[in-house]
Amino acid sequence: MNKILEALTLGREEMKKYVIAYLFLFPFLLTVALFWIKPLLDTVYLSFCEAKYTFSNMKFVGLRNYEWMISKDIYVPNVFKVTVMYVGTVIIINAFYSFLIAFITTYYIKREVIGVALRMLWLIPRILPTIVYAILWLWLIDPEMGPINLMMKALGLKPPLSWLIQRPYSWILMIVVNGFVGASWGMIIYSAAIKSIPTDIINAAKIDGATEFQIMRYIYVPLLKWPILFVTAWQTLSLLSSYGEILAIWGDFGTARAGDVVTWALYSYYKAFSINDYGYASALAMILVVIGIALTFIYFRIFGFKRLVQPSRVEV
Amino acid sequence: MRRKVKNLLINIVVYSIIMVPLAIPMLGIAWLIAQSFSEKVIVGLLPSGFTFDHFSFLWKQIKFGTKTYPNIWPVVRNSLFLCLIMVPMEVLISSSAAYALSRMKAPGRGTIMNFIVFLHAFPGVLMLMALLYLLVQMGLYGKGILTLIGVALVKVALNVPMSVWILKGFFDGIPWELEWAALVDGCTKFQVWRKVLLPVIKPGISAIAIFSFMSGWGEWLIAYTYLRDPEYYTFPVLLSSLIYEFRFVNWGLLAAMSLFYIIPTLVMYALTQKTLLRIQLVGAVKG
Repeated sequence: MNKILEALTLGREEMKKYVIAYLFLFPFLLTVALFWIKPLLDTVYLSFCEAKYTFSNMKFVGLRNYEWMISKDIYVPNVFKVTVMYVGTVIIINAFYSFLIAFITTYYIKREVIGVALRMLWLIPRILPTIVYAILWLWLIDPEMGPINLMMKALGLKPPLSWLIQRPYSWILMIVVNGFVGASWGMIIYSAAIKSIPTDIINAAKIDGATEFQIMRYIYVPLLKWPILFVTAWQTLSLLSSYGEILAIWGDFGTARAGDVVTWALYSYYKAFSINDYGYASALAMILVVIGIALTFIYFRIFGFKRLVQPSRVEV
Repeated sequence: MRRKVKNLLINIVVYSIIMVPLAIPMLGIAWLIAQSFSEKVIVGLLPSGFTFDHFSFLWKQIKFGTKTYPNIWPVVRNSLFLCLIMVPMEVLISSSAAYALSRMKAPGRGTIMNFIVFLHAFPGVLMLMALLYLLVQMGLYGKGILTLIGVALVKVALNVPMSVWILKGFFDGIPWELEWAALVDGCTKFQVWRKVLLPVIKPGISAIAIFSFMSGWGEWLIAYTYLRDPEYYTFPVLLSSLIYEFRFVNWGLLAAMSLFYIIPTLVMYALTQKTLLRIQLVGAVKG
């Protein structure tokens, strides 16, 4: 009898604890339910609907949006091509060039002040608000006042009349603009990882007569394989879905289409907010949502929970 | 001697690998400052004539499309309003959830933590149309100041998984003894959180507050997408309409406004650069 009573009261105590815990979690869970889960489900639902201009005349049309996307939309093959090209090139800057920045500023440059200062400068494109960053670029590439065209002229090259709509200049611009923003993220992660490698390994290599390049190639790169894989994986997902900088610089759909810089995520955005075709835009977004969820699961598998959360840890 | 020359050459090559590309954004910043005070439009990089005229938006009327602003301050007010909704909400939501996740036993705690990492990796900007649908349903769209509140809510929701995660790290670092002592003295869990633990993690709280403020101040994409009424434009939205809606760009005005606009960002960044680096390390998902 006593035991049962004990179990019951204990249960009640436990219960009370859980209730308190969930009271503290409530605002967060409510936010997640309203602003993450519901929109996610709505995106799925909208992708099966025809919803133009407003949401009030939504009509269920089954797979029609998807059929249109796969077989009829003449832009889709091109958008796909641009997306692959964009992600494939920017990732090189974001995952590998950023490694060079980190290696040079944390290891190669022995005066720490200079290294830190250079890293701070590299962070500026990321710190600047998107729209100011876009304005800087619009000036840099301005056909009359911009220094880039002036420099090209001085070097005897023929500058383009418009960096925004002339290929391949528009592609170069798109890649470089996003490269500058993305490079600093890898840089931060790699720098932390490089600093965590004990210096005695490096000293031993130096005594054996290794050059700086060999130290990079045979010590740092192998030791940093997890952070490099992590940055590559994470940036792939983020590049697939980010379009803010391109939108800010190119502005309207027409200009972006003329310059051929419409990536998949941006195409979905324009369909929704320039054409006001929310149903079709959601179908386009669903492709990325599915890819995003799949990639995240794969990352959990590869990296495990701990590594995802502490990417800079290095196994020596 | 030859060795020295060779070393010097290698140094030059290595330094230029990371410094030559840097010249481009630096040139941009230099232009921004020079153009703001230069009378004529700068061709190349040489300013000519010194003037404060470009800053007249601080006290004079700005004409813009069909809309005129008496000066810039109503727009600044809108931006500040957005930030001032975001900061307390984000701090409150994330500090309470982080406390529960760090300190309390609750069924589903592990799942929630996994889910937070998932949300953090998942690109929320893909759901802008579904979020618009949500705002329409909540009656927060196309209704003046309510839209601004809607933008703030969306921003908070997108930021919150990361801030919970960061604050959980801060809570994890507090020794349990502190909490036990308070509980023995008869505090409730809520009092422990409010009176004992929150003061201890003040650096974490202020980091979240600053991060949230800066993310609101800098937010362009969501504000530009949802805000349609020029009366409620935030600063970056006004800047973007200056570029998009005029064929003829007034570079002087644009540069001066941008410079004015980024001052808070730069000051905050300079003051908190160490903490922010830590936050960046946890990783804002951004291209």
